[in-house]
Amino acid sequence: MTDVPSDLPKRVGAPARKSLLTPDTRTKRRNAAESRFKVYGILAILVALLALVFLLFTIIRDGSGAFRQTFISIPVTIEASVVDPKGNRDPAEMAGTLTMSYGALLEQSLTNWVEQNDIRIEGLTEADLASFFSAQARADLRNRVLANPELVGQTVETPALAASRIDGMFKGRVTRESAAIDNRTSVAQYDLAEAMRDRGALATRFNWDFITRPDASDNRPEAAGLGVAILGSAYMMLIVLVLALPIGVATSIYLEEFAPKNRLTDLIEINISNLAAVPSIVFGILGLAAFINFMGLPRSAPIVGGLVLTLMTLPTIIISTRAALKAVPPSIRDAALGVGASKMQTVFHHVLPLAMPGILTGTIIGLAQALGETAPLLLIGMVAFVTTYPAAPPEGFFDAASALPVQVYNWTQRADSAFFERASGAIIVLLAFLFAMNVLAIVLRRRFERRW
Amino acid sequence: MRLSERSVDTQGQPIKFSCRDVQVYYGDKHAIKDVSVELQDKTVTAFIGPSGCGKSTFLRCLNRMNDTIDIARVEGAMLLDGEDIYDRRVDPVQLRARVGMVFQKPNPFPKSIYDNVAYGPRIHGLSRNKAELDEIVEKALRGAALWNEVKDRLGESGTGLSGGQQQRLCIARAVATSPEVLLMDEPCSALDPIATAQVEELIDQLCQDYSVVIVTHSMQQAARVSQKTAFFHLGNLVEYADTDDIFTRPRDPRTESYISGRIG
Repeated sequence: MTDVPSDLPKRVGAPARKSLLTPDTRTKRRNAAESRFKVYGILAILVALLALVFLLFTIIRDGSGAFRQTFISIPVTIEASVVDPKGNRDPAEMAGTLTMSYGALLEQSLTNWVEQNDIRIEGLTEADLASFFSAQARADLRNRVLANPELVGQTVETPALAASRIDGMFKGRVTRESAAIDNRTSVAQYDLAEAMRDRGALATRFNWDFITRPDASDNRPEAAGLGVAILGSAYMMLIVLVLALPIGVATSIYLEEFAPKNRLTDLIEINISNLAAVPSIVFGILGLAAFINFMGLPRSAPIVGGLVLTLMTLPTIIISTRAALKAVPPSIRDAALGVGASKMQTVFHHVLPLAMPGILTGTIIGLAQALGETAPLLLIGMVAFVTTYPAAPPEGFFDAASALPVQVYNWTQRADSAFFERASGAIIVLLAFLFAMNVLAIVLRRRFERRW
Repeated sequence: MRLSERSVDTQGQPIKFSCRDVQVYYGDKHAIKDVSVELQDKTVTAFIGPSGCGKSTFLRCLNRMNDTIDIARVEGAMLLDGEDIYDRRVDPVQLRARVGMVFQKPNPFPKSIYDNVAYGPRIHGLSRNKAELDEIVEKALRGAALWNEVKDRLGESGTGLSGGQQQRLCIARAVATSPEVLLMDEPCSALDPIATAQVEELIDQLCQDYSVVIVTHSMQQAARVSQKTAFFHLGNLVEYADTDDIFTRPRDPRTESYISGRIG
């Protein structure tokens, strides 16, 4: 009980009584400040939203083209005299026929098709016809014939990849005017493409190859795909998940629940927080020195990328897991200890299940961060040009592969504007993966969330 | 107050807890000073005193819950049936199975009512099969006067019960491991008067089987439920006597001031 001194003057500092119906100036000022603050907040949100909309709009505008591709569908006669000079239909012998000869087949069938349809275009040269097809089209045809020698001598209607300039005509990248000054295409080619489209021999359709095919060289952007990069990224995420989740969670549980609070644990704590702020490229240098130069792991391999990204993700997972463990009310620990549970039983029966939503969210955010990381991968050679798919895990972890963000970086560096479209398309794929992971985080959070 | 109605005779009960010269430090702060007290079996002992006087601290020493606080240090002897609970060889886990605890705020696990009660018996291996476990759970819930209210919804979450029911669930959880001593840290401070009355009635029954130690802010509650009362002030045990004596014939002037409402 406190004694109230009674000798104080009664109304020191007391405001003059006014009507409640008319707000005084002080209240008005406070209310105005509050409204201003609300407006600032809404403005900030609007700016953020606008930036997001702008980003999505430009990326989808630039990248959606990568998911559509122009194919030529004309009858191609596979001349036995060209592809199988010995006439024995032996794939081993037929493999001696070079890709170039199949190019000649394609060119011949296009010439025939133009004549049959009675298309007359001024200035249409043989070179125009030859460069109408993608360099990949010949290789595809050859692979198809070698896989199925019965096709020899027959006429097949095969969708063949059109060259990148032809493809660009249907995506707005190449116009009649730009074709006139482009030494890799011509006005005649442009007119031919339009004529072919009108007759249904040229069509642009959805392009699964963009997702599944490996990267392609500089002069065939139309054939470049994300297959190797997606596999590489998936392998790395698998490694990060398998290594970073148990190590990170175990570290957090030890530090949060078991470790004594002393100088050493303080030091470890500070270092973990600092590690989270280390530029990712530093982890790349570490990975190069430790995993490739010292341990002798192969370059460009998902195993090395995964290990580097694990190191990078660990601080994120540890920090979020510790926050989740801290958020479990102490009363639950008291309750478990009070009925005689050991420390470990308390943690594993009660604290960990309650912290699970937070841990999973942190892990998935860490994984998403790792999925988008480019810099450390450049240093360990993931930027290499890889056209062969890595094998199935676990051997595949040691094969060369690319990664999604590195593929984006790679394609933006190439000269042909068709690669710019591919890069934007790859960003869309990357964003789709990140979006899926975030949805997964929300779903898991909902599922594991419990009231207490 | 029902001082005159008290019928339980505690004089003949053996000593359960014997504490001598107990000191507790939180870092540099000397929280408990030279406390010596003997708690009897099958008796309700109430710890009263103003906030911060150390009564909860002392209670938490009795089942070594203070071990979880890094800076807490306990000195002196605390003997449970003649064995020092702070002996190096004592595992606090075994101790807490024998000295159960109910906390200020009801803290059921976010699991089903059944699992809440069955958790203790499960981790201590008190049942050999499901039927035995069912029996233990039913007995504990009956013991906590909760069985009739929850017998049809044992699978529902313990956190969905009302505050008073939650606290009785916590009591059921504590008695399910068949402890010898039950510590209660202000078990009714978060409950309404009706739930409080139910819990108090329960404490009356519990003391037939257990030694109950209850910390309370309410002197009326101490007078209603306890046979022995200890008054703590500024870390000292000022007076420890039969509840009737404390409230009618306090020997120490500080006790008198407190129970008459002049300090605290």
